[in-house]
Amino acid sequence: MPSKESKTTPESVGIVSPSYFTVEETITLASQQTLDGYTIAYETYGTLNENKSNALLICHALSGNHHVAGRHTPNDAKPGWWDNFVGPGKPIDTDKFFVVCSNNLGGCHGSTGPNTVNLKTSLPYGPEFPIVTVEDWVNSQARLADHLGIEQWAAVVGGSIGGMQVLQWSIAYPDRLRNAVMIASAPKISAQNIAFNEVARQAIMRDPGFNGGHFYSSKDYPKQGLTLARMLGHITYLSDDVMRLKFGRELREGKLNFDFSAEFQVESYLRYQGETFSEHFDANTYLLMTKALDYFDPAAAHNHDLSLALQHIKAKFLLVSFTSDWRFSPERSEEVVDALLKTNKAVSYAKIDAPQGHDSFLLDIPRYKNLLKAFLQQVKV
Amino acid sequence: MNKAPSPHPFNRFDFDIIRQWTPKNAHVLDLGCGDGTLLKGLFNSHNATGYGLETDEDKLQACVESGVPVIEQNIDNGLDNFQDQSFDTVIITQSIQELSNPRFLLEEIVRVGKQGIVTFPNFGYWRNRWMLATQGRMPESETIPHKWYSTPNIHLCTCIDFEMLCKENNIKITAKKMISHDKRFDWATQRWPNLFGELALYKIESNG
Repeated sequence: MPSKESKTTPESVGIVSPSYFTVEETITLASQQTLDGYTIAYETYGTLNENKSNALLICHALSGNHHVAGRHTPNDAKPGWWDNFVGPGKPIDTDKFFVVCSNNLGGCHGSTGPNTVNLKTSLPYGPEFPIVTVEDWVNSQARLADHLGIEQWAAVVGGSIGGMQVLQWSIAYPDRLRNAVMIASAPKISAQNIAFNEVARQAIMRDPGFNGGHFYSSKDYPKQGLTLARMLGHITYLSDDVMRLKFGRELREGKLNFDFSAEFQVESYLRYQGETFSEHFDANTYLLMTKALDYFDPAAAHNHDLSLALQHIKAKFLLVSFTSDWRFSPERSEEVVDALLKTNKAVSYAKIDAPQGHDSFLLDIPRYKNLLKAFLQQVKV
Repeated sequence: MNKAPSPHPFNRFDFDIIRQWTPKNAHVLDLGCGDGTLLKGLFNSHNATGYGLETDEDKLQACVESGVPVIEQNIDNGLDNFQDQSFDTVIITQSIQELSNPRFLLEEIVRVGKQGIVTFPNFGYWRNRWMLATQGRMPESETIPHKWYSTPNIHLCTCIDFEMLCKENNIKITAKKMISHDKRFDWATQRWPNLFGELALYKIESNG
């Protein structure tokens, strides 16, 4: 355990706690299925100014949640998932911005999701929880903004599937954000990407512990499937180069054992990552999140012309991609850039040379951090 | 594009003329926009809009810091992500000589822009000729400050060369201006541009 002194650096937002916002009425989702109200868990950092013009929304990625920065208790081993970017004096400066992040609808960390008890049946929703989409997430975030009295975000920021939410925000609510930061993202994912998601889903659904999604009342749950899904995901979030750099062909015991134990360091790493994840993530939520990722394609309603989908956008865009990211490659970001250029929208774009793959968007890469900081410093509040 | 510092010996005298040649409210594309100074000026003085393209990360950072929209894009690969005639003015200042295929880019400039503004160091400038003739060495000057082995300038040309290339490619020159850092000889510069013009500025457009 780290010592008490090292837990909160001077730049940390410190001890934080989540808030909850509840919608009572029945909501029709993009799938045309309904949800009898829902709760959204969220956290905020910094102070909303008098004009309510300094609000910044962070949209989280697949396995993320609303706990972006700071710690819930002084004893938390780790701070929020983007603590290195969010805090006083950091690129997302909480001295300037009132930062909000909500747990996506269907999540498993406080917002209504498959592991929430359905008041109608007094049982967890489980597989009955409707499919949610990026559109639904953004709509629920817009309701949260209404609740907080935020008419217009100074900026909406997100990486990966969080970046898709940023794009959706700018399409669905062009007047409700002035700046949009889309990092390591895409206007839609490729067949290869859908394929990875499908293998992850099959790993979960074919686990006997899954039991058709009804596993909340039994001791058993699809731990193996979720572990496998995460292991697969992890491979795609890293690059060949960074794996070589991090693990090489290094053996844990320095020799071959000629068996199927985790002999190579990379095997041990993946098993550890997968198992840790499986202990605090809900398998049904994982299925939902990957589906939302697969479905997102705002150009589809516009004859697959992305520039038509983006024609009413008003936000100024910053897009960032990473050279070694093959899950959300630079070319996918460039599709958005080109569509914005085609319609004369204000856009800046940088392709950051980084070996860390898709995970880069979470890491302390100086050029990336400086760029994000500079862009957000330009934002008037 | 090479990362070597671009020569800016005139404190960018060429910018003044570019400003004169750019219409008000123009939609502008600046190829190799550097730190965005020119664009930012045009946004303010001309109510212009548009983008810079840049590959140097420090310059790109400077653009973002000053709020100039900038795209990381290597112009050596062309402008195929831009539509025909989608900009009022496409500008390239003192970097066409650094490109691997300047002819291709000139064609791209007049395709994408209703007009193009091209500036480059004139290799026919008398000091360059003098150094080669008297010392037998590759010229170095304020506009061409690099050693032969480390220069980013791989396609230097004279005014005459440039004009011939335009003619061959059906590109119309609508304005031309030569400047030299020694303004005392302005009369000579206008009389013998390829000899006394240190920096060449051309306004070009497609001949249709």
